[in-house]
Amino acid sequence: MTVKDIQKALDATITTGGEYMDKEITSAFASDMMSEVLAFSKGQSVLITGLCNPQVIRTAEMLDISCIVLIRGKSANEEMISMAKDRDLIILETKYIMFSACGILYDLGLEGGTA
Amino acid sequence: MSEQSGSSGVVLKYTVSPDDFTRAGEASSKVKNILKQMGISPDVIRKVSIAMYEGEINMVIHARGGDITVTITPQEILMVLKDVGPGIEDVEKAMKAGYSTAPEQVRALGFGAGMGLPNMQSCTDEMKVETEIGVGTTITMSVHIEDK
Repeated sequence: MTVKDIQKALDATITTGGEYMDKEITSAFASDMMSEVLAFSKGQSVLITGLCNPQVIRTAEMLDISCIVLIRGKSANEEMISMAKDRDLIILETKYIMFSACGILYDLGLEGGTA
Repeated sequence: MSEQSGSSGVVLKYTVSPDDFTRAGEASSKVKNILKQMGISPDVIRKVSIAMYEGEINMVIHARGGDITVTITPQEILMVLKDVGPGIEDVEKAMKAGYSTAPEQVRALGFGAGMGLPNMQSCTDEMKVETEIGVGTTITMSVHIEDK
């Protein structure tokens, strides 16, 4: 599936990275704790999180995650957007809570994995 | 930041500023880009990036910033993270997954889950923690570059 499919399924707005919507995505990781993402992610390309600060962008950068989905109506600030632009990252924003966002994407066929 | 190239490899030096959570990770970001440009394998880059970023975050959270020296040789990436923070009281405990002394406001920022040091160890081939209460902590980590 592509980022475009994810954006549609989550009724999400594209905050930045609209030019990369055709990127292929196969797996995702969801957590509000960046410590956990850094310790347990295994090459997933989407990060679903309700945490909203510049370290979300840095974490994505370190792990080569290409798309960040901010949930629960969180909105990226200017600094996050400019950092994401510099790193060619996509930020999507959705009103769904984490459980719902994960359920919808899992149902569509995105994989997760174990710790 | 400074960059030197010599017979002992490429040496990169960074200063991590204290109490600037927004900028934490800048050094790791720069190192990652340099390693990419040098054509280092993605697997090695990933391990170095995660270990150094965790270490850098720790320096901002627990210490008052510090200095990072990264030495790149054909055999390994060596990272030395030196701070003059409070020191680690019980290194054995700190190495256990889930053990954290980070205050609540750090958790609210998405860190302090007690995964930092164990994750740094699992990402590196060698890791040494030297710490003294009231003096500071020096963490030395090496990621080996596999022969192809």
